[in-house]
Amino acid sequence: MEKQLKKGAEASLYQTKWFGEEAIRKIRILKTFRQSVLDLKLRQSRTRREALFLKEARRVGVNTPLVYFVDVNKAEIIMQFIPGRRLKEIIDVYEENFSLEWCKEAGRYIARLHSAEIIHGDLTTSNFIISDNRLILIDFGLSFYSQRLEDKAIDIHLLNMVVKSAHNIYAEKIIHAVLMGYQEIAGESSSHSLLERMKIVELRGRYKRDE
Amino acid sequence: MKFLETFTGEPEGSKLGITCLGIESTAHTFGVSIISIGGNTKPEILSDVRRVYQPEKGKGIHPREASRHHAKIAASTVTEALKKAKTPMEDIHIVSFSQGPGLGPCLRVGAVVARSISAYYHLPLIPVNHAVAHIELAAMLTGVSDPLVLLVSGGHTVITSFSSGRWRVFGETLDITIGQLIDQFGRAAGFSSPFGIAFEEYAKKSQNFIDLPYTIKGNDVSFSGLLTTSKRLFRDDKKLEDICFSIQETGFAMLAESVERALAFVEKDELLLVGGVAANNRLQNMLQGVCKIHKSNFFSIPKVFSGDCGAQISWNGIQAFKAGVSVGISDSSVKPSWRLDEVDVKWRSN
Repeated sequence: MEKQLKKGAEASLYQTKWFGEEAIRKIRILKTFRQSVLDLKLRQSRTRREALFLKEARRVGVNTPLVYFVDVNKAEIIMQFIPGRRLKEIIDVYEENFSLEWCKEAGRYIARLHSAEIIHGDLTTSNFIISDNRLILIDFGLSFYSQRLEDKAIDIHLLNMVVKSAHNIYAEKIIHAVLMGYQEIAGESSSHSLLERMKIVELRGRYKRDE
Repeated sequence: MKFLETFTGEPEGSKLGITCLGIESTAHTFGVSIISIGGNTKPEILSDVRRVYQPEKGKGIHPREASRHHAKIAASTVTEALKKAKTPMEDIHIVSFSQGPGLGPCLRVGAVVARSISAYYHLPLIPVNHAVAHIELAAMLTGVSDPLVLLVSGGHTVITSFSSGRWRVFGETLDITIGQLIDQFGRAAGFSSPFGIAFEEYAKKSQNFIDLPYTIKGNDVSFSGLLTTSKRLFRDDKKLEDICFSIQETGFAMLAESVERALAFVEKDELLLVGGVAANNRLQNMLQGVCKIHKSNFFSIPKVFSGDCGAQISWNGIQAFKAGVSVGISDSSVKPSWRLDEVDVKWRSN
């Protein structure tokens, strides 16, 4: 019997079995408030991207759930079930060294993706799971290939914004840890140009932050 | 400062009422509103007078021209607001003004008027952030307490909710606002701004969906690609109603998705739609759909108060003053780029 685990913004998650293995069925449900042509296009393209990038990320050393089965027509993916805690929760129950070490590992993951020209597109502290002392990255529905510095900068800028909004007390430390991890993998000069570009992205927003 | 001395000695919710004259002057609208609140009574909007600068056909707001318009009609607008409120100047306790964000030249007109009144009548001067003021008036009028907010207008596209002393941003535009998208497309098609009402009318006439750039990055949206493509389609002689329909379906679906993501993340059970674009029925309808899925209650600012107006500034002025906010004239410079998440919100708690 399937159990609904989560009704997210974009997809619903069910816990299920796949040939005896614990699995997750992720289905992007039809949204009747959206124009039907657009709705179908979005659900199918994201299912396709997610399946592709879950696999591509693993190839460059970023742990992701295994994909068992994809049905693009139904906008459905069956993947490995990952038990564990989200990075968000590990930050909320703040134990400085422990929490920041995982943030640093998240930074390494992002750098590995970017070095392979993969942009995650939806980096949040909810999309990293700590399981069996390993970091797992999920939710690749908005991922795409790009070698542009701009896209990499926006990728981290978005995470930065989430951290500032959701974990405002520790925001500075968290962001610092992420960037440290990033620099470890990407190198000093890549990280430096990324930071410069992030400033430009931020200034382009509606009202700039006076910081 | 007799009133101020009396007031500061009183606990909150005392019998002493406050009457505020609020001045909005961020962009095309110069608005003045008088709002009064008794010790234990609900606030009452006694007047809300607006004068709107109208740009030439096919043109946007020219900041200098708009500020000249505001300067010309400022005095008569204040007089009319007092008259409509049947309130003599002696009964006004505080003056609030939109300090930002907005167009510098326009902001300065409102600020000068507010400072002059404050200095001449010895009244406390209260600076207000217009984005926050949009939200707070809507919260007061709809009675919501702790909502997720979508603020959409010519100047704003932002998703926010209140936590630990500030309105925190959970999503926003990375470039232009939804209002700019609609208005700038309208101008390219030869209409005057604001284009919102005509835009919705044209969109209603079509069911023919054209594929347009749908750009969502995390919780953020970007409308610049959508604008460029829409303008090109118009030049290529695609039907205006088809383009309007497709912009509406695509742009609003992006907003709906951002809202949905934020709603799932912050887990609030109220959604509040605010700002000029809140008047659009299709947007309301899509967000109702989002709320239905996530079992949240949907609220929207009443249409008359959705656009820029003095009532926003006046009401938030009262809230801020009660929480101890006021500025001296030397600290009252306008802040054209003042983000809503930089405002220390002392009148809310959680």
